[in-house]
Amino acid sequence: MAMTKKLKNARRSPWAAVAAIAAGLIITGSGYAAATASTPTDSGSSYTSDQVDSGHKLFLSNCASCHGKNAEGTANAPSLIGVGAASVLFQVETGRMPGQASGPQLQVKPVQFKQADIDALAAWVSSLAPGPAAPSAEYLAKTGNASRGGEIFRINCAMCHNAVGAGGALTGGKYAPALTHTSAAHIYEAMVTGPQNMPVFSNSNLTLEDKTDVITYLQQVQTNPSIGGYDLGNLGPVVEGLFAWIFMLGGLVLITMWLGAKSN
Amino acid sequence: MTTANNTAKKGGFLAGTANYLDERVGVAGILKTFGRKVFPDHWSFMLGEVALYSFLVLLLSGTFLTFFFQPAMTPVVYDGIYGPLKGAHMSVAYASTIDISFEVRGGLLMRQVHHWSALLFVASAGLHMLRVFFTGAFRKPREINWVVGFALFVLGMAGGFTGYSLPDDLLSGNGLRIIDGMLKGVPVIGSWISSLLFGGEFPGENIVARLYSLHIMLIPALILVFIAIHLFMVVIHKHSHYSGPGKRDDNVVGYPLAPVYVAKAGGFFFIVFGAIMLVAATFTINPVWNYGGYDPSPVSAGTQPDWYIGWLDGALRLTPSHLEFEAGGYTYSMNVLLPMIVGVLFLIIVALYPFIEAWVTGDKREHHVLDRPRNAPTRTAIGAAGVVFYAVLWAGAATDLIATNFKMSLNQVLTTLQISLIVLPVLAYYITKRLALSLQRKDREIVLHGRESGRIVRLPHGEFIEVHEEIDEYTRYKLVDFVNYEPIMARPNARGKITIRGRIRASMSRWFFEDRVTPVTPAELEAAHKHGKELH
Repeated sequence: MAMTKKLKNARRSPWAAVAAIAAGLIITGSGYAAATASTPTDSGSSYTSDQVDSGHKLFLSNCASCHGKNAEGTANAPSLIGVGAASVLFQVETGRMPGQASGPQLQVKPVQFKQADIDALAAWVSSLAPGPAAPSAEYLAKTGNASRGGEIFRINCAMCHNAVGAGGALTGGKYAPALTHTSAAHIYEAMVTGPQNMPVFSNSNLTLEDKTDVITYLQQVQTNPSIGGYDLGNLGPVVEGLFAWIFMLGGLVLITMWLGAKSN
Repeated sequence: MTTANNTAKKGGFLAGTANYLDERVGVAGILKTFGRKVFPDHWSFMLGEVALYSFLVLLLSGTFLTFFFQPAMTPVVYDGIYGPLKGAHMSVAYASTIDISFEVRGGLLMRQVHHWSALLFVASAGLHMLRVFFTGAFRKPREINWVVGFALFVLGMAGGFTGYSLPDDLLSGNGLRIIDGMLKGVPVIGSWISSLLFGGEFPGENIVARLYSLHIMLIPALILVFIAIHLFMVVIHKHSHYSGPGKRDDNVVGYPLAPVYVAKAGGFFFIVFGAIMLVAATFTINPVWNYGGYDPSPVSAGTQPDWYIGWLDGALRLTPSHLEFEAGGYTYSMNVLLPMIVGVLFLIIVALYPFIEAWVTGDKREHHVLDRPRNAPTRTAIGAAGVVFYAVLWAGAATDLIATNFKMSLNQVLTTLQISLIVLPVLAYYITKRLALSLQRKDREIVLHGRESGRIVRLPHGEFIEVHEEIDEYTRYKLVDFVNYEPIMARPNARGKITIRGRIRASMSRWFFEDRVTPVTPAELEAAHKHGKELH
């Protein structure tokens, strides 16, 4: 009884209108944001607090020297607040992080952590602020349209990664890596987080369907055998030319020498 | 009785046919003349043959491809059996290339045979040119044949490029875009030439059909005509040969065409054919289905032309940017023009080299005995410089691949190659010249004092000497048989004046022949022998 009375009073308070408007704004605003969200975000809710805690410890002992104790970034490394779980998973699962040597670009190397530890790191980093989340399985199922994915890939990615994902050079020792062994999850995470020199392909650039198609296309490039025989690294005409000179013409020159020697 | 009958019957058919042909086209006379043509035996004389045979393979495989290729740029939606492209928009030309690869029986093999033999054709023609250059085979009377051979090389490049552009895939489209850019880089008339070639704005809808006409008619016809002229001149001049006892400028030492060379060359054709088939069946080339149909918006990383166009692409990449200026309302893109000028100049120098050298040396003699490269140090050095220049340009076409695959900075690779393009040919020139002169000195030493046998003998008075073995006459002939040219002096003409032309020629001649090692004379040889006998 007292409760209802209190509520009634509160409803009549002059602040009620302000609160109602604020609530309405928040609901429509976040609803709109959710509907048009560029990337599924995650603020650590899918991880347990144990993971977050152990992630924090791992971070302090392995990452904080460059990224700062609170992941706020230092002169040597960027802030990780808001980079999300996707970024951590991509960088650490490919061995790029922790970085080994300074250079134009972080190198892929053997993975330094167990999967559980990587997940814990991701949990802690994503608990700092909302950021791109790990992809859900539906985007990695490789059930998209490969032909369309190829077209999207050629328009958006091929200028750096090459039309068949063989990789390519960028300025000053930087490069776009070959995508011949990149997993579906890492392709997705790279697109949403834009690691190193790569631009971010948000969902307003490439929709989730586009991303799924690109992943399907790359998957098909990775698994389909070269139809016409050995592919010589898929590096194109330069390698073909060298092969023609060294092995075809070189071999034939050896044969001419043999033919010429016979008569002597 | 029966055996006699059989032989008569057998001989009867052959003899009858031969007689039939002889009475109508005079086969006997032709065979007699050609069958007795003598060819010298040396492996390096077979390089041109490799080019000829790979051209035959090109004609055969190319004819097969024309049965199925459709040179049209009409847009279609792909609905063939290659899944990854299903539903993609592309041109008829690209779709038919995919169909040749996947739906025509043997089509993919024929495409690969055609492309690999194209690479081999230009490569072997290039190597053959180098052989001719370094042995001085282009000298009188073969200067014109050098130019014909040069034309064949350039036609090979043209044939290759037009063919490369036909499938209308992303890679070839990117290549055509570069050609379009180069054409537009020509001052004043550039955009007119471009729209003339492409029938309007790039890429238009005509270019594939136009290149196709050139690729399957004009260029192969020209190549055939030039091959005919090339071989006809070989018959007229007779084949050159390397020096050796009995080999002179007025004879040819070797074996007759029939039966020795008919069998050898015939067999060699099948070896070349077999090598091409083997490679084409094992290694994929230009997998166009991976690249997708051409669309002017995407450009793939690692886009390169086939190797023979590579040096021009390299020239384009190595030219410093920002070399653009405006004059009289027109833009002059020197960053596009300069590589074109350098490329054309290089080709002109190659084409005219025999005439340049003949003028400098004043050599009007007929040459049928070939030079050993060391015996013409300056020419060999010029050739080495040219090869290095070409090779650096060629490497320039692969700057990005060098950078990524050897983990280097693209910018540093580019700068290194820019410096190398100027420095390395000069270095190559000096190193080669010194090497050639040293080799000549070594030859001289061997002729005069024999070969070091490695046998150490102790003389009665305690001295140790190494026994030198005298070389046999055949080897010695090879080592001493070359002409000792001397620089031409600038002399006053009839009016008693030394012309500027004369001066230039004299200084060029000095450059050519000042550093030289003279061949051993009989007198020197005799003196050396006497000296050797005293020693023993």
